[in-house]
Amino acid sequence: MSIDHDQVAKIAELARLKLEPSQMDQYAENLSSILDLADQLQAADTDGIEPLANPLDAEQRLRADKVTETNQREHLQKNAPSTEAGLFLVPKVIE
Amino acid sequence: MHNKTLAELADGLKSGEFSSVELTTHYLDRIKSLDSQTNAFISVTEEQALSQAAEADKTRAAGDATALTGIPIAHKDIFCTEGVKTSCGSKMLDNFIAPYESTVTEKCNNSGLIMLGKTNMDEFAMGSTNESSFYGPTKNPWDNTKIPGGSSGGSAAAVAARLAPIATGTDTGGSIRQPASMCGITGLKPTYGRVSRWGMIAFASSLDQAGPMAQTAEDAAMLMNSIAGLDHKDSTSIDTPVDDYTANLNNGLEGLRVGLPKEYFAEGLDDSVKTVIESAIKEMEKQGAILKEISLATTSLSIPAYYVIAPAEASANLSRFDGVRFGHRCEDPKDLTDMYTRTRGEGFGDEVKRRIMVGAYALSAGYYDAYYKKAQQVRRLIKNDFIKAFDEVDVIAGPTAPTTAFGLGSIKNDPVAMYLEDIFTLSVNLAGLPAITVPAGFANGMPTGLQLIGNYFQESKLLNIGHKYQQVTDWHKKTPEQFA
Repeated sequence: MSIDHDQVAKIAELARLKLEPSQMDQYAENLSSILDLADQLQAADTDGIEPLANPLDAEQRLRADKVTETNQREHLQKNAPSTEAGLFLVPKVIE
Repeated sequence: MHNKTLAELADGLKSGEFSSVELTTHYLDRIKSLDSQTNAFISVTEEQALSQAAEADKTRAAGDATALTGIPIAHKDIFCTEGVKTSCGSKMLDNFIAPYESTVTEKCNNSGLIMLGKTNMDEFAMGSTNESSFYGPTKNPWDNTKIPGGSSGGSAAAVAARLAPIATGTDTGGSIRQPASMCGITGLKPTYGRVSRWGMIAFASSLDQAGPMAQTAEDAAMLMNSIAGLDHKDSTSIDTPVDDYTANLNNGLEGLRVGLPKEYFAEGLDDSVKTVIESAIKEMEKQGAILKEISLATTSLSIPAYYVIAPAEASANLSRFDGVRFGHRCEDPKDLTDMYTRTRGEGFGDEVKRRIMVGAYALSAGYYDAYYKKAQQVRRLIKNDFIKAFDEVDVIAGPTAPTTAFGLGSIKNDPVAMYLEDIFTLSVNLAGLPAITVPAGFANGMPTGLQLIGNYFQESKLLNIGHKYQQVTDWHKKTPEQFA
């Protein structure tokens, strides 16, 4: 599977990653060789095989729907780049 | 003092030969004078360590000490430690002070262990060389022109250089075992779900597992007694009884059925590593183990399956790094999309970006069935192979890595070459099994490890075999000259 510049740009957009134009060749080459590796999967006969998501086939454990967390807003917002009045600030989204 | 095992240090503390403050100071001094040669630590928490040590000495004086009270430990910088920088080896989290404590480190604290600092690692645990760290690569204590392995390379180097008596690591595709093998220490990757993932920064959630990195199997067992067990804060943590991991260390190996997968001794395995592993297996045979050739035919498929599943899960997990709530944010974003893309473009290194993109691609419309679903089907085939093997044998033995540590920078910009190095470790994570590596000798002048893979929840058996092997060999006692 060969990946070209346009495809790299499309994937980077999906993943919200800004790439430098000078790196595009390297990424195209690397991603192509990784997908070539992934294509080896196609040789396996997996007819009728159930996909395995959890290695122990374990069910998600549920808990009672009760509030157990205390409010730690100030403590947790100490790592935020920008806050005001307890809110996270981001660039303007709606004009 | 620094060549003592955990069990010996515990005796020294108990008998009053030295205090925890003296012991902790000794290790902090070693880190100060020697870590520039390995770059094993990202942060050293001297003040906190000395105050924890003083507290441990008080606990002991009051008669409340447990087996680990007062012993120093280093934690991989992937575990959140409250009030301490937790970087995950990334520029993205260079400014992140964890607001809470991970379950693993909390359990260590509760056992009276003293945190010396946080160890270097591949960025977000993605790598097998430690070269993707934002803080520069860790260097192998046995030869500082070589990699220590990865991603828990800082923890492996810290223990090998005796800058810490024991350390924590995490293993998603071999990240405890491969660096342990390359640095000449013991490392245990427990069964998936045996140790809580809560507060451990997520890479691939269905594969990630924390475990001990130590000088000996006995030391690893002592730490397992502290960190294993059900945690309601991790919904994938398992509710099965926890063994006393030190209780069965001395069981005999008579009649133990050891499987040798022919795929683990095939082309690609370095000849001198092969010789070392074969002689390690002979030692087990001398102790009464019965050897049997087996086949794990899906071994080669573990590489493509892992390098689809792990990046897919990573692309989802790492979407949380958006510059809004924590971590790096770019300067002067002009709108929200600009903020997301520049923040992530600047904050993540090349290997992390590659994996996010591979994951995003494998999960995207039109490719999901061909890559992600197919990889998960192959994952079940891999698990089935092991289940079949464990009908015939009690444990599987082979090399941990196909080569010894190679030169820093030697496979830069060739991710696939690095991925192929993980051939003997990936299947274990895909199947969720436990595995241990123990130092088995030297090949090409560098240490290499024997890997033992057990059935689900057979950590005690693996530690038992490792311990018995270490009773008749002294590879685990070797230290690099400049750190002796």
